[in-house]
Amino acid sequence: MQLQLSAEDEKFRDEMRTFFTTEVSEEIRTTVAEGRELTKEQIVESQQTLNKAGLAVPHWPEEYGGRGWSDLQRHIWNEEMQAACVPIPLAFNASMIGPVLAQFGSKEQKDEFLPKTANLDIWWSQGFSEPDAGSDLASLRTTAVKDGDDYIVNGQKTWTTLGQYGDWIFTLVRTDPEVKKQAGISMLLIDMRSEGLEVRPIELIDGGHEVNEVWFTDVRVPAANLVGEENSGWTQAKFLLGNERVGVAPVGSTKRVLARAKELGAELVKDDPLLRARIIELENELLALELTALRVVAHSEGGEPHPASSVLKLKGTELQQAVSELVVDLGGPDTLASGEEGDTESWYRRSTPTYLNLRKASIYGGSNEVQRQIISRTILGL
Amino acid sequence: MDFTYDDEQDALRDAVRGLIGKAYGDYEKRRQTTKEDPGFDEKVWTQLAEMGLLGLPFSEEDGGVGAGPVEIGIVCQELGRVIAPEPYLSSVVLAGGLVSAVGTPEQRQEILGALSGGESVLAFAHAEPGARWSDSASAVTASQDGDSWTVSGTKDPVLHGARADVHVVSAALPDGGTGLFLVQGADAQAEGFSTYDGGRAARVTFDATAATPLGTAGADVTASIAIVHDITRIMAANQSLGAMETLLAQTTDYLKSRKQFGVTLNTFQALTFRAADMYTSQELTHSLVDWATMVVAAGKPEEVADAAARVGLQVSRGGRHVGQEAIQLHGGIGMTAEYSVGMYTAHLTVLDHLLGDAGRHLKVLDATLDEHGVIDPLDRS
Repeated sequence: MQLQLSAEDEKFRDEMRTFFTTEVSEEIRTTVAEGRELTKEQIVESQQTLNKAGLAVPHWPEEYGGRGWSDLQRHIWNEEMQAACVPIPLAFNASMIGPVLAQFGSKEQKDEFLPKTANLDIWWSQGFSEPDAGSDLASLRTTAVKDGDDYIVNGQKTWTTLGQYGDWIFTLVRTDPEVKKQAGISMLLIDMRSEGLEVRPIELIDGGHEVNEVWFTDVRVPAANLVGEENSGWTQAKFLLGNERVGVAPVGSTKRVLARAKELGAELVKDDPLLRARIIELENELLALELTALRVVAHSEGGEPHPASSVLKLKGTELQQAVSELVVDLGGPDTLASGEEGDTESWYRRSTPTYLNLRKASIYGGSNEVQRQIISRTILGL
Repeated sequence: MDFTYDDEQDALRDAVRGLIGKAYGDYEKRRQTTKEDPGFDEKVWTQLAEMGLLGLPFSEEDGGVGAGPVEIGIVCQELGRVIAPEPYLSSVVLAGGLVSAVGTPEQRQEILGALSGGESVLAFAHAEPGARWSDSASAVTASQDGDSWTVSGTKDPVLHGARADVHVVSAALPDGGTGLFLVQGADAQAEGFSTYDGGRAARVTFDATAATPLGTAGADVTASIAIVHDITRIMAANQSLGAMETLLAQTTDYLKSRKQFGVTLNTFQALTFRAADMYTSQELTHSLVDWATMVVAAGKPEEVADAAARVGLQVSRGGRHVGQEAIQLHGGIGMTAEYSVGMYTAHLTVLDHLLGDAGRHLKVLDATLDEHGVIDPLDRS
């Protein structure tokens, strides 16, 4: 048991901190700090800056840009990035399809896609959920039927985040309707410029356009775009969803927002014991969450994930939401006003859309009810 | 940053669990033991001494073992797991900790040697009715006549005050500040009582009772009391964690075995989800307990005070959550005295109120809220 970082990790942290605060565009970091929306170009620029320095996909196999870091180093990388207001590399590329291709893809697929995926030359979208396949993902109905050297894809995906920017989409499709539902699924990579593929926006409760429906009508996809074996898609889906141990809980960004809320709301907070108590409780729970994340990374080296990792998503999203709620309450009636003026005013005016938008956090990535199911079944054996 | 125990620490945990599990693994043994005074098993106390556990925190020249806070935390977790009634926290960690922090070399050797050997039980006579969680004394006063000192006034509650061989008594000094004194158990007037968790405490009255200054006569040691209080809070949190782990384990066992409507209770998601939330509380508590224990090991008093308040706040919230839900998920059986979960919850409530509950910790943390932007646990040392 040892509180301090090793000298090596301390040095590593300093390097990360220096890079993130000096090499990534000031304008991008300010946009994040103020809670404004990033453009596609800013997201791409930021990831390319990281990739150039070998900091976009450190968890990938080393031959494709990975760094062979320890989980603790990856944790530090992730936390320092968030603390410095640097956008995290696009999850669909860096955390989802990249590791899946590295693990299950053919040599051709790896060579073709991985470098462009790391550098965000290809923007990936995720085609998993369907109108009738949410938490029960395996009940998906989009079909892919073999036709010579191609598959013909028909069906509908939904909740495709930032699909309007997507170049390619990794999908789960049904290739065998006759077997147990998990056994008839395949993973297929589809060019989003394909004929018959249509992206339709879904307007959300925050007024923004973040997610989309993706419709497939007789879309022709080369069979070479199948990832792994036909009907092995569920294995890849489970790998993709359960692969992550680092950065599961958004600790660094939530801490940063809370600190900013304290700073901008200082006058109000100063003499209000109820607000102060609320902030102290949030800070303490965030500390407990961060330490839990550290316990998990310190314990999971090479082996099975630490069981406590299952609380990270659940608690992490709850706290992310609770902090966004605090910001709205600090703004009070100012949150209703329009326009972008001073720092504080603009911050409060964006607070309610952000708060409403973040309701998604306990729904996506395995809803928090699914997380409770995992805890009660897998960990508690209930 | 490392949250793993080394082999010796694992071996220590196994040894303590072996000894204390044999004594109280069967909850009925704990229940019978606490029915009779002194409320704990003198034989178990002797065994703890023989294993070197009573001298764990004290230096070798004082008759102890010179182990660190991580080892003491392990012992406290294991005692908490079976809610062992022996006065480890009050006698060794708290009263012994004060003797170690303030006593002269002779006092340390004599008193801590006897404590480590299991020959002497100490009590810290400090709490005063209505004073809540102060680090200083006011109702009990010290008087000096030449080289002789006496103390007068009432302390209540004093954990194991009726059984104590030696009291460490805090008293307001004639020139201000709080001093510590040693009073022989036989010289104090103690009215013992049972606490609601089967423990023992006493109202101890001093009436111009002869007292020996602990350490330098007349010195204000409020700061030392504060530090030892904070360390004890963190060790109490270790003890609470052990109790919470048992509560959750018993609750999940019960959900898997108890049948209603012809099926076991774990069939009902309304119940299993609540158990999942108990697990979340337990693990968040575990993380803060490990961290706070490491902060003690790093040894900076202002950081220890902060860590004690932070872990205390979490244990207060988490302990109440886990205790209340354990009873609820058991249903009627959880309300009975012969079943353990109610008593575990009672014990968690004692620990919560002994040295400060969530309200106290919030007030402490309020004082420093404006001094930091983010809290960075890696930046502390």
